[in-house]
Amino acid sequence: MPDFITQWLNQNEIFTAMTILEYWNGLVNTVQLVFLSLVIGLVCAVPLAIMRTSRNPFVSGPVWLYTYLFRGTPLLIQLYIIYYGIAQIPGIQETFWWEVFREPFYPALLAFALNTAAYTTEIIRGAIVATPHGEIEAAKAYGMNWFMRIRRIVLPSAARRAVQAYSNEVIFMLHSSAIASVVTIVDLTGAARNIYSRFYAPFDAFIFVALIYMMLTFILVFAFRKLENHLLRHQRPISN
Amino acid sequence: MKKLIVAASCALALAAGTVQAKDWKEIRIAFDVPYEPFEYKDENGELTGFEVELAEAMCEQMKADCEFVIQAWDGMIPGLLARKFDAIMSSMSITPERAERVLFSEPYYNTPGGWFAREGFDTDVTDMKAMEGKVVGVQRGTTMDTYVTENMGGIVTIKRYTTADDMVLDLEGQRLDVAFVDYPVGEQTILSKEGFQEVGEQVKLGQGVGVAMRQRDKDLAGKVNAALKKLKNDGTYDTIMQKYFNYDIKM
Repeated sequence: MPDFITQWLNQNEIFTAMTILEYWNGLVNTVQLVFLSLVIGLVCAVPLAIMRTSRNPFVSGPVWLYTYLFRGTPLLIQLYIIYYGIAQIPGIQETFWWEVFREPFYPALLAFALNTAAYTTEIIRGAIVATPHGEIEAAKAYGMNWFMRIRRIVLPSAARRAVQAYSNEVIFMLHSSAIASVVTIVDLTGAARNIYSRFYAPFDAFIFVALIYMMLTFILVFAFRKLENHLLRHQRPISN
Repeated sequence: MKKLIVAASCALALAAGTVQAKDWKEIRIAFDVPYEPFEYKDENGELTGFEVELAEAMCEQMKADCEFVIQAWDGMIPGLLARKFDAIMSSMSITPERAERVLFSEPYYNTPGGWFAREGFDTDVTDMKAMEGKVVGVQRGTTMDTYVTENMGGIVTIKRYTTADDMVLDLEGQRLDVAFVDYPVGEQTILSKEGFQEVGEQVKLGQGVGVAMRQRDKDLAGKVNAALKKLKNDGTYDTIMQKYFNYDIKM
C-alpha cells in the first residue's frame, strides 16, 4: 500500500486495515453471490421463457405458476423460508443435503437464483412474444425447423429487445443481495452492519458501503452500454 | 377549523417542548421489546418488565411524567440523538465506544454472559484448542460479540445475528455449536426448550447497564442518578428485582 494511504488509515479510527479487509471480504461475497445467481438465473430463464410462450397449457402453465409465485412474494421471505425453513425439516441434518444447506451461502444462492430466474423468464418471454411475425414467416419460408428458428431468429432478436430491461434486473439483483446479511452472510451490507455496531458510526459505515455499491452499479451500467452498442449496432445511423 | 387545530397543536407542542427542556417534568424513555424479562408486552399488550418497572419507580421518584417509546435496537442511539426520546433504558451496556456518543448514568444492573449448546456438547468453552473450528453465535454489537471477537477471533467461526430468535433457530438447526448470549436471554429463549443446556462458566462482562442520555443533558443525568441511588437504598430496587430474577443482578 502507498505510504499516504497507510498513514491516513493509521490516524483514522474506523477505517483501519482490519475494517477495510472486512469490507473487502464483504465485496468478494457480494460479487460471488450476485454473479453466480445471475448466471444460474439466466441459464434457467432461457428455456423457461421458451416454455412459457408455448401454446400447450401443460408446458406453459407450470412456468406461469413458478414466475407468479416468485414474483408475487418478497425475496426476503423466500430467503427466510429456504434458510430457516429447511433447517426445521426433521432429519435433514442426517442427509447429505445438510452439507449443502448448513452454510448460509447455498440457501442464499438458491433463493437469489430462483428469484432472478423468475423475473428474467418474464423479461425474455416479453421479448419473444414481440418478435415480428414477418421474421418467423420468412424463417418458415426458408424451411427452417422449430429448433433452428428459435436459435437463429427468435432468440437473437429477443436478446436485442431484452437487454435493456435485463440490465435493470441485474442492478436490482445487486441491490437485493443486501438482504443476504440477515442470514449471517457477511456481504457488503453485513460488513457495514458489523462495523456500524462496533463503532456506532452509521454515517461512516453505511456511506462507505453505499459508495462501493454505486461503484459496482457504474461498472454494470458501463458493461451493459457496451453490450447494447454491440447488439444494437444495426440501428445506428449510417454516417461517416 | 382544521387549520385552527393544527395551529393549536403546534403551539401546544412548542409550549410542551420548552417546559420539558427546563425542568424535565416530561421524559420520553425508549425500550426495545421484546427482551424478556427486562422489557416485553404481557398478554394484555401492556409494556412491562424489570426495566419498565424500574423506570416507573424512577419517574415517580423524580416526579416526572414519563412516556414510554418502543424503538428497535439498531436505531436506539440515532433516535436518542435525533431527540425522538430523552433516555434509553433498554439494557444498554456501558462501553467506551458508546460513551463517546451518549451520556451514561451510574450502572443499575449487570448480567453475565452465558454459553448455551445442545445436549451432548461436552467441549470446554475456555479451552481454545478444543474450540478450534467450532461455530459460535452472538448478537451483533453486544458485549458478548466484543468478547468473542477479541478472545476467540481466528479460532472459532463467529456468526452475528440481529435478533436472538434467529440465533436460537440456528442453534436448534445445528448450524451453531454454541451460542454466547446474555444469560437472562438464554435462560428465557434457549433453556425453556427441550434438548439444550448451559455449558461452561458464566462470564461477567463490561461495566454494567446504564441509562443513556444525550451528552448535553447533564441536569437530567444528575436527577436520574439521584433517583436510582434512592431506589437502590430504600429497597424498591430489590423488590422489583426479586419479582423477575432468582439471581442477583444488582450493581
